[in-house]
Amino acid sequence: MAAKGRTMGRIFAVTILVIAIGSAIPILRHTWWMPQDISTHGAPIDEQMSETMAEAGICFLASQILLAAFIWKFSNPKPDSKIKTFPGGASGLVIAAFLLVGTEVLALGAFGAKAWAKIYFTPAAANALPVQAQAGQFAFYFRYPGPDGKFGPIHPDMVSEANQNFYGIDINNDQDAKDDIVTAEMAIPVNREVNLLMHSKDVGHSFFVPELRVQQDFVPGLDVAIHFTATKIGRYEIVCTQLCGLGHYNMKAYLSVMSQQDYDDWLKKEAALQ
Amino acid sequence: MTIRLRIAGLLAALLSISVLALFSASKVRAAGEGKITGTIKLDGTPPHQRPIDMSKEPTCQQQHAGHPITTENVVVGPNNAIQYAAVYITEGLAGAAGSTVPSQTPTFDQKGCQYIPHVMALDVNQHFKVVNSDQTSHNIHPTPKPGGPNHEWNKSQPPGAPPFDVFWTAEEAIPVKCNIHPWMHGYMVVVKGPYGVSDNNGSYTIENVPPGNYTLTAWQETYGTQTQKVTVGSGKPATADFTFKAK
Repeated sequence: MAAKGRTMGRIFAVTILVIAIGSAIPILRHTWWMPQDISTHGAPIDEQMSETMAEAGICFLASQILLAAFIWKFSNPKPDSKIKTFPGGASGLVIAAFLLVGTEVLALGAFGAKAWAKIYFTPAAANALPVQAQAGQFAFYFRYPGPDGKFGPIHPDMVSEANQNFYGIDINNDQDAKDDIVTAEMAIPVNREVNLLMHSKDVGHSFFVPELRVQQDFVPGLDVAIHFTATKIGRYEIVCTQLCGLGHYNMKAYLSVMSQQDYDDWLKKEAALQ
Repeated sequence: MTIRLRIAGLLAALLSISVLALFSASKVRAAGEGKITGTIKLDGTPPHQRPIDMSKEPTCQQQHAGHPITTENVVVGPNNAIQYAAVYITEGLAGAAGSTVPSQTPTFDQKGCQYIPHVMALDVNQHFKVVNSDQTSHNIHPTPKPGGPNHEWNKSQPPGAPPFDVFWTAEEAIPVKCNIHPWMHGYMVVVKGPYGVSDNNGSYTIENVPPGNYTLTAWQETYGTQTQKVTVGSGKPATADFTFKAK
C-alpha cells in the first residue's frame, strides 16, 4: 500500500517536470515568437517582453521543480509526521514568496513604465504625418487631410454606404473637407513619424499591427491618438483585436509602408478616386 | 313534387352553366392581359460614381481585377439610359391583379462582394432567396424605416451556407447593406402588384397587367419617384417613358 503511494507520487513528480520543461522549450527557442519589429519604438517593448518572459519563466520553472521535489520526497508520509499549515508553521516561507513575487511585479512595472512613457507620454513631433483611422462594425477606413493639412468636420447624418461616404464629410460645403482623401487601405511613408488619430463609429475596436508593435483600442466617444514610425517597406495586416460583434473575425485592413515617392504617387492616385 | 324537382334541376343546370361561363370569361381575360413597357432616361450628367477599394477582401478584389467596381447610385447605360429603376403600379389595380402574389422566387445573390441584382423588386409577401456565391462570409442587413411595418434583420451567411428564403410584408424601398464589406449596397423594392426593373438600356416591362387606367410610379434610389397615368387596353401593350433630371 505504502509502496504504491510512493510510486504514484514519483510518477506525478516526473510528469510535472516533463510538462514544465516541455512548455518552456518553445518559449526558449522562440518557436512562436513575435514577427520582426518594423518600428522605432518597438525595441524597448520587445526587451520588456523578453524580460517578462524570462523572469516569469524562471519563477514558473523554479516553482514547478520545487513542487516536483516536494511530491517526490513527501509522497509517502509516515503516519506520525507533522503537517505544517499557514498561518503557523510555514509563515517564513510564505512571506518570502510574497516579497519575491511582489518585488518582481513592481520591478517589471517600473522598468516597463519607461517603454510606455516613450510612446504615450511623449507627443508626436510637430511635422508628424496626420492620418485618421475610423473603426466601425466591421471595417477600417482611413482619412488623409490633403494638401491643406486640415481634416473637414464630420457629419454623422451624412455617413452613407451608398456613396462610400464612410466618414460623413461634406465635400461640397466644407472647405477643409474638399481635399480630404478617404481610403480603405492605409499607406504611410517609411521612416516618417505618423500621428494616428483614432475614432470609433460604434463600439470598442482595436488597431493592431503586430510588426509595428502597436495595439491600441478605439474607445467610443473618445479621440485617441498614437504615434509611430515604420522603418521597413512592406505590406502588413491591421486587425481588430477587441471583440466587436459578429463580423469581428473578418475586421481587417492593410498597412502599406512605402518609399516617400511611392507614397506620394499612391496618395495622388487615391485623391483622383475621391 | 315533380315540379319542385324540375325547378331544382333547372336551377342546378343554370348554376353550372354560369360557373362555366365565369370560368371561361376569366380565361379570356387572362389571355387579354396587357403589359406596360418603356424606357427610363436621365436628363443631364450623371453624378460621379466612386471606385470601390475591396483590398480588405482579396477573393472579391481578384474577381474585379482590371475593371474596378464603382458605387451604383446612378447607373447609366448607352444614351443616358438609367438602369436599376423600379417601375410599378400605385393606383388602379383592382381585386385579383393587386392581391395575387407571384410564385417565382427571385434570387438576391452576393457575388464578388456585390449585390446581384443591385435593385430587386418584389411583390408584398413574395418569397425570395438570399444566396452567398462568395468565398467569404457576408451578413445581409436590410434596414427598413424604424417603427414601420417591415422589421430590420441582420443575418450572417458563411461561404457554402445554404440559401435562405425570406419575404417582406409591406411596401417599401429597403436599403440593404453588409457590415463586413461596407461598400456593398443594394435595394429591395417591395411593391403591391406587378413590377419591372430597368435594364442597362433603360427599358423595363411590366407583365400581366389587366386592361384599365393606372397610375404608374418609377423609383430611382437617388432621384426618388415620378408618376404618370397610363391606359392598358385589352391585348395592347401600353408605353410609358420616364425621364429623371440630374440634380
